[in-house]
Amino acid sequence: MINFLILPILVPLITAVILIFLNKSVIAQRWVSGLSAFVTVILSALLVNKVKNDGIQTLNLSNWDAPFGITLVSDMLSALLVLTTSIVAFACIIYSFKGIGEAREKYHFYAALQFLIVGVNGAFTTGDIFNLFVFFEVMLMSSYALILLGGTKIQLRESIKYILVNVISSGLFVIAVGYLYSVVGTLNMAHIAARISEISGISQPGVISIIGIIFLIVFGLKGAIFPLYFWLPGSYYAPPAPVMAIFGALLTKVGVYSIIRTYSLFFYEDGGYVQQVIMILAILTIIAGIIGALAYSDVKKIIIYNIIVAVGVILFGVSTMNESALTGSIFYLIHDMIIKAALFLLVGLMATITGTNNLKQMGGLIKNYPGFSWTFFLAALALSGIPPLSGFVGKVLIVQGGFSSEYFIGAAIVLASSLFVLISIMKIFINGVWGEPKTYANEKTVPYKQLLIAPVILVILSICYGVGADFIYPYMSQAAESLINTNLYIDAVLKE
Amino acid sequence: MEILMIIIAGILFMSATYLMLSRSVVRIILGTTVLSHGVHLLLLTMGGLKRGAPPLIGEEASAYSDPLPQALILTAIVISFGVTALFLVLGYRSYKELGTDNMEKLRGNDGND
Repeated sequence: MINFLILPILVPLITAVILIFLNKSVIAQRWVSGLSAFVTVILSALLVNKVKNDGIQTLNLSNWDAPFGITLVSDMLSALLVLTTSIVAFACIIYSFKGIGEAREKYHFYAALQFLIVGVNGAFTTGDIFNLFVFFEVMLMSSYALILLGGTKIQLRESIKYILVNVISSGLFVIAVGYLYSVVGTLNMAHIAARISEISGISQPGVISIIGIIFLIVFGLKGAIFPLYFWLPGSYYAPPAPVMAIFGALLTKVGVYSIIRTYSLFFYEDGGYVQQVIMILAILTIIAGIIGALAYSDVKKIIIYNIIVAVGVILFGVSTMNESALTGSIFYLIHDMIIKAALFLLVGLMATITGTNNLKQMGGLIKNYPGFSWTFFLAALALSGIPPLSGFVGKVLIVQGGFSSEYFIGAAIVLASSLFVLISIMKIFINGVWGEPKTYANEKTVPYKQLLIAPVILVILSICYGVGADFIYPYMSQAAESLINTNLYIDAVLKE
Repeated sequence: MEILMIIIAGILFMSATYLMLSRSVVRIILGTTVLSHGVHLLLLTMGGLKRGAPPLIGEEASAYSDPLPQALILTAIVISFGVTALFLVLGYRSYKELGTDNMEKLRGNDGND
């Protein structure tokens, strides 16, 4: 079926509209959103399979030919990201059944969540730069709703800053699109790429570099790279655990995906200037994230700063632009989406049980909650990249690519970052899970077993992802292939 | 003509930046609306301001102005309208709940939650 690649966008959209009418009945909302999320996982898995067998899928909406209408493009990278998004969303929805509270559920929590999935899946699938902006706004608007829902003081305070930063970056995005349009006269990404390779070397290559830097600022604001990550620790701290998990797993990664996509399609022909900027910023991002992760004794803050470290690692792999590091980046990107969602859910569970975020007031959770503790232990090892688990393969390929392109300092910092990530996460484990058990006030009322289901699913997935790396590798190298050989992408869209 | 429009857009960006760096939430929201005006004006200008008929087939002119930036601006206007409405309500609600519209007092220090 030719319309297949639109289904992961369409199913959540229709579900969200239905959910708006079901707002009185919490049970019906849970069933509908859970089922629809499951269907989306199945559909996106089928999409990955289809892209694997038949190559890059394109769909011209309303039958307008490629540069003139909006084209949806699903290459392996975007299909894999859509699949990961669906899985993460499914897990977060399961966690929300018990973890979010009826007050929030009655005020369109699930509808906003489904709209967020529409935005993220759309941003991964679109082949039009302005349509990417629109899907960004769909995603951001639902994230505003989710970060505000509940209206506690900290949420109100932090969402002012979150919305302000995103309004500014959206303004910059439109400016960048305007500049790009005035230079190349088209909005279709494949067509822009073709036009840029025509004009580069003939006239004003500097203009393209400047537009590249503006796009880097825009997507860097969304994806939290080094000087532009200042909004993230506060904003992600405010919402409840499932929302935090979905933000941490998906939103920054959309910015990272957009950097990968625009950079590999548009800005690689200017003699490596944008590449150098991305590499330096990526290294600084890793360092800034590590400093934050080591500095705090607040469980949520530690995981939040680990998002920033991961963004830096992925972008370092992308900026080296050789095949091994790119494959590694894609490996690491998907691993990180899954494991960050799992960690945020686990940390949220920890905070629900103990009633505090502060590590110094916790201790001895392993006595009463062994299931939680060992899940957390596995997730922590996977995050830092211990061999059989999922973080390992990606980092090995990134480091290997960095060394083979002779970026020794960057690759060494990526290696060292693993150690510091392990220290920061083990600090949670040692202080929170080991030691003398303490008694907590509302321990008995927490539906601990039901809340543990979603993170356990994610951690099992991530273990399978690490152990089955041989099986997954062809998918990853196909994804990297279409990033390096952009003619594959351009020809698939423009059908030359 | 484009030069003039670019200067005007630049002045709008300047005022928006100034407003957004101030302390009051309302002035910040005004800054975001001024920013979006500048953005939309710039988008129109970057599409080119050559003379031509309005983009209606019934005009039967030899040249039309570029319809694409106009569609983009229309989309961007609606989006920024939605965001601004949400932002204004948020400003109102946070004034009610937190009792201040001063960004200096909205810092996330401990004991300030």
